[in-house]
Amino acid sequence: MTVRRIMGIETEYGITVPGVRIVNAMASSTRLVNAYARHDVRGRQRNPKWDYSEEAPLRDARGFDMTRAEADPSQLTDDDMGMANVILTNGSRFYVDHAHPEYSSPEVTCPRDAVLWDRAGVAIMRRAAEYTLDDGVDQPIVLYKNNTDNKGASYGCHENYLMSRTTPFSSIVAWMTPFFISRQIFTGSGRLGVGQEAKRFQYQISQRADFFEAEVGLETTFKRPIINTRDEPHCDPERFRRLHVIVGDANMSDTATYLKMGTTSLVLSMLESGFLAGHDMTVIESVRAMSTVSHDLTLGARLPLTGNRNWTALEMQQEFWSLASRFCEREYGSDIDPDTAQVLHEWGSVLDRLETDPMDCSDVLDWVAKYRLMQAYRERDSLEWSSPQLQAIDLQYADIRPDRGLALRLELRGQLRRMVTDEEIEHARLNAPTDTRAYFRGECLRRFPDEIAAASWDSLIFDLPGHESLVRVPTLEPSRGTKDHVGALLDRAVSAADLIDLLGS
Amino acid sequence: MPQRENAERKSTRPVDTAADDQAAARTTQGERKAAIDADVDAILDEIDDVLEVNAEEFVKSFVQKGGQ
Repeated sequence: MTVRRIMGIETEYGITVPGVRIVNAMASSTRLVNAYARHDVRGRQRNPKWDYSEEAPLRDARGFDMTRAEADPSQLTDDDMGMANVILTNGSRFYVDHAHPEYSSPEVTCPRDAVLWDRAGVAIMRRAAEYTLDDGVDQPIVLYKNNTDNKGASYGCHENYLMSRTTPFSSIVAWMTPFFISRQIFTGSGRLGVGQEAKRFQYQISQRADFFEAEVGLETTFKRPIINTRDEPHCDPERFRRLHVIVGDANMSDTATYLKMGTTSLVLSMLESGFLAGHDMTVIESVRAMSTVSHDLTLGARLPLTGNRNWTALEMQQEFWSLASRFCEREYGSDIDPDTAQVLHEWGSVLDRLETDPMDCSDVLDWVAKYRLMQAYRERDSLEWSSPQLQAIDLQYADIRPDRGLALRLELRGQLRRMVTDEEIEHARLNAPTDTRAYFRGECLRRFPDEIAAASWDSLIFDLPGHESLVRVPTLEPSRGTKDHVGALLDRAVSAADLIDLLGS
Repeated sequence: MPQRENAERKSTRPVDTAADDQAAARTTQGERKAAIDADVDAILDEIDDVLEVNAEEFVKSFVQKGGQ
């Protein structure tokens, strides 16, 4: 495999209702999801519910299950507490999770599509907020694609990568830990404040770094681990594992999202192929290293590695790049696919610019773009780092309204590079990727909205007129259910019942 | 070790290999940087226009529940 694999991004958004002192985040999030669900398929009589029957959030990749009694209530993500939870025609899941609206992108096959359907999520959130106003709510809901309120709370942007089950989990821990620690230098979204409660007003590279307290673990809402062991592949568990990555920042920059997904996928490919055997980049005290890297804007801080080595995060990333380019040369030579070639090129280019002067990355990386804005603003008005104006810039960078959000304003001015067009985003807001099972899911929802009772990543449940029991169609293979595979069949089916007959024949 | 890898990285990169290309890339980068700096004042004015009027109150009231 190359950078291409089944992948996806799930993002919890910050939510506020300006002018309301005590916001009921759960109620506002529910209103948001329901407002959008009514518009996604117009005239739909029912909202398909999420099907939890195959979910196992307490399954641990290390080979044991936590009991439900041992679990913190926040870990019971399969327990539907009546909160809004819908599946959209673009194959995504839009729901309320822990008092935040969350968008889980459909399964895609390459980093650029991950960027596209992630931005579709931003467009969906924005539309949803507008639709709540149509519903007669007088206080607008405002959404932020960030990861902390700077008062102790953090919420996540998780990446998912489907990978081979045969790769030992211990080698995932050994290699992905140093990779996640060092990749912050291009995945960070920047944050004004140090410590979970931002007691000290100092700018740092990552939104999330200070919220990680363990090396490996199952938790996602407290004692957050650098390597999360949740083991729910949503497909054949004998063949696949889904690596659930919780250390990343939510990015506004297309390039940051693209590099985050592309480089991680490429490192996983090296791991799966056994290419990294004989190498070692183990960081001593990895939890502390997360913060050390994030707090150092000069990129000069050295981390203690095994073998008496002291490397900077940039040097570690340069080593990963070097290994990856040798891996691609050995595996593909000049037959390298364009997606992998582009990831290698963009990755190398950003590392070169970070080495020369991090500020050279202000048009591609969130933490640099935001830092540059704050620095200029601070100098013009002679402000202290603790000033409310700078804290407001930190938050408003991630505001997803095009007229107020600072990252989006930078894009409009051509100062933050875009990788996908508005037209592509609008298409992805309404349509699923054609090359994964998300296509079958999304198209069924579009074509037969009133006959689908529930859906999940690996199933669709039909409620057919005249049938007493529900019909469950498993979709356990993520790379099936594509347009090539089922497009003609869907076109032939005149009804949901007809589709079920055709699938069975 | 990393330094040696860096040298190799630069020499094996398919892009920016020729010295001319590198110089050209530097110029382009320099021009881009100058253009960006020239626009900074305009952006700061724009921030003034869109920044929440009461920044202190806005920051104080931005309270979220913890998530995943």
